[in-house]
Amino acid sequence: MSRPVSMLDEARVMSRADAEALAKKVLALSTATETRVIIGSSARGNTRFAVNQVSTAGDNHDLVVAVRSVVGKRVGSASTNRLDDAGLKAVVENAERLARLSPEDAELMPELEPQQYRDSNSYANATAALDPATRAAMVQKITDQARAAGLVSTGYLETRVTAQAIANSKGLFAYNRDTDIALTTTVRTADGQGSGWAGASSNDAGKIDAAALGARAIEKAKRSLGAVAVEPGRYTVVLEPTAVGNLVQLIAGAVSARNADEGRSFFTKAGGGTKIGEKVVDERVTLTADPFDPDTLGAPFTGEGLPTKPVTWIENGVVKNLNYDRYWAKLKGKEPTGAAGGFGGGVLKMSGGTDTLEQLIAGVTRGILVTRFWYIRPVDPRVILFTGLTRDGTFLIENGKVTKAVKNFRFNESPIFMLNNLEAMGRPERVSASESGNAGPAIVVPPIRCRDFSFTSLSDAV
Amino acid sequence: MSTSRRDFVRTTSAAAAALALAGRRAEAAERASRLVVPPSPGDPAVNELLAKALDAAKASGAQYADARISLARTQTIFTREKRVGGLNDNETFGIGVRVLVDGAWGFAATSELSADAVTRVARQAAAQAKANKGAGRRPVTLAPAAGGQKGTWRSDAKVDPFTIPIEDKVALLLAANEAALKVPQARFVNSSMFFLKDEKTYANTEGTLVAQTIIRTQPSMNVTAVSKDFKDFQSRQSNDIAPMGRGYEHVTEADLVGNAPKWAAQAVEKLSAKPVEVGRYDLVLHPSHLWLTIHESVAHPTELDRAMGYEANYAGTSFVFPPEKVLGTLKFGSPLMNIRGDRNQPGSLAACGWDDDGVVPDEFDIIKNGIFVDYQTTREQALWLDWYYKKAKRPMRSHGCSYAQTWADVQFQRMPNVSLLPGEKDTSWEDIIAATDKGIAIIGDGSFSIDQQRYNAQFGGQLFYEIKGGKIVGMLKDVAYQMRTPEFWGALDMLGGKKSYQLGGAFNDGKGQPAQSNAVSHGCVPTRHKNINVINTGRQA
Repeated sequence: MSRPVSMLDEARVMSRADAEALAKKVLALSTATETRVIIGSSARGNTRFAVNQVSTAGDNHDLVVAVRSVVGKRVGSASTNRLDDAGLKAVVENAERLARLSPEDAELMPELEPQQYRDSNSYANATAALDPATRAAMVQKITDQARAAGLVSTGYLETRVTAQAIANSKGLFAYNRDTDIALTTTVRTADGQGSGWAGASSNDAGKIDAAALGARAIEKAKRSLGAVAVEPGRYTVVLEPTAVGNLVQLIAGAVSARNADEGRSFFTKAGGGTKIGEKVVDERVTLTADPFDPDTLGAPFTGEGLPTKPVTWIENGVVKNLNYDRYWAKLKGKEPTGAAGGFGGGVLKMSGGTDTLEQLIAGVTRGILVTRFWYIRPVDPRVILFTGLTRDGTFLIENGKVTKAVKNFRFNESPIFMLNNLEAMGRPERVSASESGNAGPAIVVPPIRCRDFSFTSLSDAV
Repeated sequence: MSTSRRDFVRTTSAAAAALALAGRRAEAAERASRLVVPPSPGDPAVNELLAKALDAAKASGAQYADARISLARTQTIFTREKRVGGLNDNETFGIGVRVLVDGAWGFAATSELSADAVTRVARQAAAQAKANKGAGRRPVTLAPAAGGQKGTWRSDAKVDPFTIPIEDKVALLLAANEAALKVPQARFVNSSMFFLKDEKTYANTEGTLVAQTIIRTQPSMNVTAVSKDFKDFQSRQSNDIAPMGRGYEHVTEADLVGNAPKWAAQAVEKLSAKPVEVGRYDLVLHPSHLWLTIHESVAHPTELDRAMGYEANYAGTSFVFPPEKVLGTLKFGSPLMNIRGDRNQPGSLAACGWDDDGVVPDEFDIIKNGIFVDYQTTREQALWLDWYYKKAKRPMRSHGCSYAQTWADVQFQRMPNVSLLPGEKDTSWEDIIAATDKGIAIIGDGSFSIDQQRYNAQFGGQLFYEIKGGKIVGMLKDVAYQMRTPEFWGALDMLGGKKSYQLGGAFNDGKGQPAQSNAVSHGCVPTRHKNINVINTGRQA
């Protein structure tokens, strides 16, 4: 080991040298035709707060070794967190045993030869160095403000430091370290009649302004009081960046080329084939996934060890690429896409405009301003239709101004329809778009204004 | 909300690995390897480590402590069409120690199972408890519970799924796929099996020492049909086969091979089903569908921590609030509605002998004749309702709802099985359809979404049938109903009898930050709900 790690150390992850040594040790135990070892080392810190004080905190470490064995054309996988000699031997034997018992895999792709990877800059020392006391101090910047305002704050701060390594029996070795941080807070009025939310995420803890998030959630909680019921229906909406991220990221979940070719995707063309080359949304919309873009830093390799490449899913409204895995690419005579899935997840960036949120609002005669969406679940994969609800800051816009808080709505809508009905966009920013507040891959999206957004019922929930 | 367990493993296995790899402190590594073989319940080595952890916690000032050692194995087999897509065994092994010092909790966990390591973790948990003891905090106190519990408990599993050869499991899934694909237009099929076996020993400073073997099993299948013009595709998930706290016999009884042609034919039939006309209908809900509506609209809002605001930033709060204004008085639904919590129905996912507080769970009424009468509780929470239990002349006790997803996670309040009790009459699914003039019958769960206080929900399903004049007249598609919880349950006017009762459930119910998964069953009978708002979800691109 390059440096000793103990429970009393600050929570850190495996170095490249240690990961390589561990991988070699596992590979040496293999008797299979081909073997891949995936090492996931993570240190997660979290601080949870409720009723304006820290409620729980934890620092968690994990190291999991997963082995994928190919015996002839048969594949088996096993993983363990038992890292002594006996545990490592057992996990290799188990993967090989499963492989021997499996039928031959007609879609088997050989392990990759050694690859060249670009450097990734997704590791930030400021995040890795964030200790429990510093986390508590960040949280206090929210709880102190809320208490002073006579409001009740709850929330969650999570940091994640990960090291991922892949090695195979052909000599491939890939290693990457990554950091992420997310801070979210929900501030409610003591009577439960008002609720406001703010959140942010980054690779770099230095970019998270806890005091500003607290102030924003507090302001929304106050403004959300006295919500009135407005008839559900089709509205022009101004969606804040988090709400846009909540929905636009769903498109990235539907870009499988195989599903499109098989006829079970929005991206299936009528009559067969895919919609590559077809215009599906407003021409101002471009969606990219570039793990080397400083705004959306991610992993330089996929779960198979393929180097990741910048990918444009939609360019000027037209479908430019769908995601081809290695097998489907070979079958269809394409290059594998190498999108940053697997490790670091799917980063995503949407094009934007120059409007401020105020300017977006100023262009609305009668419409709704949405802070974020919640409990978003699929309804119809044929058109990427989802349902869910507005939450923690929903307001009526009349004649270009926010006039009052309104009760929450349920929507049934597709991000595809939404981006077809686009009117204007602001500047993209990174959002915390996961419902659970977990730190995750970068989603960078603008606030937008669009018409005919479909709200189908009212909710009494505050 | 599903969560990845691996993401949340709270362990110091990085430290363990480093020690083993470096050859530093080889002694510790050797001790760690002493328990690599799955220990049997009551293994003296396990009991000794638990005792060491509790002793260290007490020596560090803990008034109360508990510890759990668990070895959890999972196996996943996934196939599509003629191919095995994944064959995966995972295991995770370690100890979690929770301590209560001066009214504040601390928790720490490690995968290093040596005397030194468990002592260190217990001390770390105590130190954390002391750090968490902020000013003005309401100190944690625990409701009384019987200490000195001893014994073992095992899921109602006749056949341990890990004893069945892999090749038999693979052959069964591939045979089921083949049977499905014989149906013309059934283009794609996935099938899978998932198994868990968690051997967990729990001890606390009140003298309890219990060992449990939890087994869970889920076979499943999904068939997709694609229209000839590539303009439509429809899927049928086999979710009327619920995940269960049973063994391999559940796979055998599920008869995937026998059912596959039916599911495939239903997927194909959905392509030509009539799009639903929006409007109000009487809904006849099959237990394979209704369990999820109960889960979302009844079980979640009656979690006490949620009602008290502890989950506001993620899972949300509850409309069943504040306790003093709703307990014993809130009209939740029609007088036909009786909801009970339990952790003892054979084969149910939440079944256990003792919860993660060391409490023997009881059966308790949550809704009695339509009136809300109790919340789900742990030892910490039961005391919050002391005033109510005194008033109602009932014993104040935890209902045994403490649960942690793995050894590496701190336990908190999770739902037990929350079930709708059968009606007194021997009414069947067919009887309810026959009594319905204009309605829709729904089988299987589908799309689901509910707001953060559990008022407004929308549910889809797998199969929808139009009912006219007491008869099913055809299949519908693009159906979802929207509801407001108290009105929906207030509109309950018919329910099935004992013979129509069955369990549904889920493996991955998410709650908490970091999120943890809970496995839970919901028993229910078919029901009818009058005049519910139905929307058409079909939209053209």
